[in-house]
Amino acid sequence: MHLLGQLSWQAIPFDEPLPLVAGAVVMLCVAAVLLWIWLKGYMPYLWHEWLTSVDHKRIGVMYCTLALVMLLRGFIDAIMMRAQQAMAFHAAGYLPASHFDQIFSAHGTIMIFFMAMPFMIGLMNLVVPLQLGVRDVAFPTLNSVSFWLTAAGALLVNLSLVVGSFSRTGWLPYPPLSELTYSPDVGVDYYCWAIEISGIGTLMTGINFVTTILKLRAPGMHYTRMPMFCWTALASNLLIVAAFPILTVSLALLLLDRYAGFHFFTNTGGGNAMMFMNLIWAWGHPEVYILILPAFGVYSEVVSTFSGKPLFGYRSMVIATMAICLISFMVWLHHFFTMGAGADVNAFFGIASMIIAVPTGVKIFNWLFTMYGGRVRFSAAMLWSLGFMVSFVIGGMTGVMLAEPTADFELHNSLFLVAHFHNVIITGVLFGAFAGYSYWFPKAFGFVLDERLGKWAFWLWLIGFWVAWAPGYVLGLEGMTRRLQRYDVAAWRPWLLLAAVGVLIILAAIVVQVAQLVVSIRTRARRRDLTGDPWNGRNLEWSIASPPPPFNYAVLPHVEKQEPYWDMKQRALEAGHLQTPEPGYSPIEMPRNSPTGFICAFFAVVTGFALIWRIWWLVALGLAGAYATFVVFAWRDVEEKVIPADEVARLERANRAARSEALAARVAHGQTQ
Amino acid sequence: MKIVDRRSMVRVRRSPASARARALPAARLMLILAALALSGCESWIARPAGPVSGAERMIFLDTLVIMLLIVVPVIVATIAFAWWYRASNERARRLPDWSFSGRIELVVWSIPALVILFLGGIAWISAHDLDPARPLAAKRAALEIDVVALDWKWLFIYPQQRVASVNRLVVPAGVPLHFRLTSATVWNVFWIPKLGSMLYCMYGMAGTLYLQADRPGNYRGVSAMISGDGFATMHFDTEALSDAQFNAWADGVRTTGPTLDERAYRQLLKPSSAVAPYSYRSVMPGLFDAIVLQRLPPGQGSAPTP
Amino acid sequence: MSTADDALPADPSHLGHHNDAPAAQLAYTGAGAGGPASKRIVVGYGFWIFILSDVILFATLFATYAVLAGNRAGGPGPHALFDLRNTAEETLLLLFSSFACGMASLAVARRNLLWTQLTLLITGLLGAGFLALEAREFADLVARGAGPTHSAFLSAFFTLVGCHGLHVTAGLLWLGTMMAQFWAKGFRQNIRHRFLCFTLFWHALDIIWVGIFSLVYLIGEILP
Repeated sequence: MHLLGQLSWQAIPFDEPLPLVAGAVVMLCVAAVLLWIWLKGYMPYLWHEWLTSVDHKRIGVMYCTLALVMLLRGFIDAIMMRAQQAMAFHAAGYLPASHFDQIFSAHGTIMIFFMAMPFMIGLMNLVVPLQLGVRDVAFPTLNSVSFWLTAAGALLVNLSLVVGSFSRTGWLPYPPLSELTYSPDVGVDYYCWAIEISGIGTLMTGINFVTTILKLRAPGMHYTRMPMFCWTALASNLLIVAAFPILTVSLALLLLDRYAGFHFFTNTGGGNAMMFMNLIWAWGHPEVYILILPAFGVYSEVVSTFSGKPLFGYRSMVIATMAICLISFMVWLHHFFTMGAGADVNAFFGIASMIIAVPTGVKIFNWLFTMYGGRVRFSAAMLWSLGFMVSFVIGGMTGVMLAEPTADFELHNSLFLVAHFHNVIITGVLFGAFAGYSYWFPKAFGFVLDERLGKWAFWLWLIGFWVAWAPGYVLGLEGMTRRLQRYDVAAWRPWLLLAAVGVLIILAAIVVQVAQLVVSIRTRARRRDLTGDPWNGRNLEWSIASPPPPFNYAVLPHVEKQEPYWDMKQRALEAGHLQTPEPGYSPIEMPRNSPTGFICAFFAVVTGFALIWRIWWLVALGLAGAYATFVVFAWRDVEEKVIPADEVARLERANRAARSEALAARVAHGQTQ
Repeated sequence: MKIVDRRSMVRVRRSPASARARALPAARLMLILAALALSGCESWIARPAGPVSGAERMIFLDTLVIMLLIVVPVIVATIAFAWWYRASNERARRLPDWSFSGRIELVVWSIPALVILFLGGIAWISAHDLDPARPLAAKRAALEIDVVALDWKWLFIYPQQRVASVNRLVVPAGVPLHFRLTSATVWNVFWIPKLGSMLYCMYGMAGTLYLQADRPGNYRGVSAMISGDGFATMHFDTEALSDAQFNAWADGVRTTGPTLDERAYRQLLKPSSAVAPYSYRSVMPGLFDAIVLQRLPPGQGSAPTP
Repeated sequence: MSTADDALPADPSHLGHHNDAPAAQLAYTGAGAGGPASKRIVVGYGFWIFILSDVILFATLFATYAVLAGNRAGGPGPHALFDLRNTAEETLLLLFSSFACGMASLAVARRNLLWTQLTLLITGLLGAGFLALEAREFADLVARGAGPTHSAFLSAFFTLVGCHGLHVTAGLLWLGTMMAQFWAKGFRQNIRHRFLCFTLFWHALDIIWVGIFSLVYLIGEILP
């Protein structure tokens, strides 16, 4: 047997200049960044303070950074697809089918698994423990392992750009096309192993956050006092725990077919490919809600804060969230009405799917009434939320139309469907992520993002989205199917050109967002958030400094009401001074940083890569390395570092002083709210 | 495999859409105009060419109208609330602590619930009426057509005429078409948008689909599921002809072209894309059943084409 | 910003503890009123959630087996292949292994290193015996031409039962690591927490096995 399995020089696409040049450019950029870090002497800082950090806030920031980088990667894929379809009228365009197919597969895979998921998990990491009033998640080191496994999956997907090729079967590898017979190269293997590895990370995140939210809350933080974002995070993580094992199994069965000649989904040997559809969508539909529920949580926080009012119908919102959580497991069949399961089955799943629109509609109405009687401030975060409300209802409407089995027989797999899910994922999930990014950025970094550029970015995104995807609805009705590398219908052309213009507008939006970040960092000195409460917030995360100290809370807050920080502020404003006497500070133990996650992910990449190329000795080595990492971790004697009482007191006193000052200023201005 | 009793085909079916067609005529007219303006005349939504696509269009438009009745007010209210309650508006009445109203809660739960109840009813009835496996109401017996999805072309077998055609579907207008669908390789989806429902073509299974073209014309048929490198070129023309023209076509085909026996089928199974339409003068009996019952091997795919 | 209520310990949410939590703190279950739960409860609870996800994983495999059990591709079915006697022996080994694991819990509770190691060794040996029987069964099936590549039914059977076997293997590795930790580090709190998780895992594997025994082997007897 070959020492390197199936790996050879042929895996590098020397004959295809496009991926090769793209890969080379990416590698040069990465090398340049690493070199810069090295020369500037930032390496030890990066290693000790970030890469090995088990602090939930830092892990949250790293998740969001990964998501933003992957957003760029996925967006480049989007530009390439739009360009190809703009050119490929009666022509081959510039991408051959084998390459085009990889691009749409990579686009979907990256955007869902390595952009939307990490973005939402990143925001949860940053915010949930702060909102719950505690010092970290239940299992901090496991949290780091989760993040690094997600990053490992992302790395493997991107590696396929240079070494070998990626899957050409779409973002979900439907058999029999994804079976070895029809996809003999390593593309599907790259997909499966990357998702298996990152999926394990996601599952551990789910376990971690369910435990955190159910078992670690500040004294007095009853379920009925939990901020809405924590509720949606709980629902989302419950879905992760219940759904991700199904994904793990379905891809494992496909891998067994491909590697060991099993017959789960093959055309021969009694395999049943319909089962894959059922399994993958039994995960896939909850996955949609895993993404959107935390976004709903962000909107709840943002709309309430920037309307200066408590969230309208809190209990209703909790019930709606949990209802969505439950029903999302009963609708998976609507992804393949056209398989022909029969009228009863289709009608049942169609109606179940429509029922989800009820709690979702309730949420929209509740946000609406949260604004009613409020004092609405149009910050960037609020604009993202308003843009969401206006656009998402259209996505919801087309969703109900697709849930109508009869209409779906004419809409499925057409661009109408693709426009629908871009409508809900971009204006629902991504806008939510951006709203959260604008809203909590000051909490994470201690300075506020440039609002003017933020608003520009919002308008460009909103307009760009509709210019890019309204044509999708029309094209779907004109009978255009998804994933076409070329076409010869003249009527489609103007719409596809328009969509290409839309993607250019989005490009402008992303350029503005990068500029926003750069400008904000360069002018951070005058953007400092000194009080820790830049938006006049309502929940506990705004009661501590920005960025928060490593231990978050010098003393755990005692929660007496919903919106505890608003309550504290009101009482302080009435009295004219802080209502809490200075506590006695004591030393705080925090978990020590650990390279376990990073090293573990290193071995995961090695194992994954070896599995993809069938280098069996390296597989054994990688697994042994991962096991050894855990043993070393288990053997350590000191798990915690102690932050001395002096240090705690110093940080907390500075925070109290800043708050007293801000309070005095407000009292002097006669503000009572 | 489902063997359909011929007698069931003449069952008269009350169209579910026709009753509702009278509802909301003005809104429907506007929508149709909008759809026409948006998508030209060649789409199923603007000008369906058969009873199935026509009924599906009705369901689509009904749902659209009903949903718009909620969606438009919500969009307007969102913009209106946000603008009226802007911080700088001196005239807005503020209710900074107002966060619950039982009456509003009741309304916001019941409006979506009632709408979904109504739409759910439509879904249940129409899913049964327009079940693709349900024969169409018609006086004439259906024409049998067996469809095989291959890498990357469509094979249409006419068992009654004992001929076959590749990448070109010729049908008589005004006659129900009874398709049996399968795939000889990876999965695919058979879809003629102007005629109606799409359906999966799956190896080892035969799907049943009834369609009909109401008038002569040329309708584009497509492959609606990614099936590999040749996927984008895997479309075909559906030519709906008058009875006489169709019979003439079938007679003409019987005198020209190769025969489709097992050897020719195995040749056809090999991957090829953008195949120019051609026909077979005769087809070996039971070919479709042999494919479905897996007596013939599946296609073996191919290395990626550049 | 806030006060620590006098009735509560000064700060119940120390994330880790070198020493055991004070008795009062153990009462907190994290239900809201009392603040964060103790480390032991958090660890146990988290591991229960993991077991829940593992149960879903097996449920998926059971469903797969149920769907594919009839797809024999002309090959033999359960009745011709399964040997209930072998399965009964496997079941006994696994159940006794679980019993030994329970004894180990008692030994750990009493901080008795000798008994702990002894009972854990027995747990492991019985588990290894189970694996040996399973391997023999698999090898026998493959030798008779009924390997997993033969039909969808056999693929599903080998995957379901094999996945359980893989869990037992991982459990044995964990068990060995546990024994080494007790030996090297003693009954440290975090190690006892890990041991708690291990026992949960080991017992859960028993429950899964009962499912396999009844739904695969016993029902296999009545299937054609």
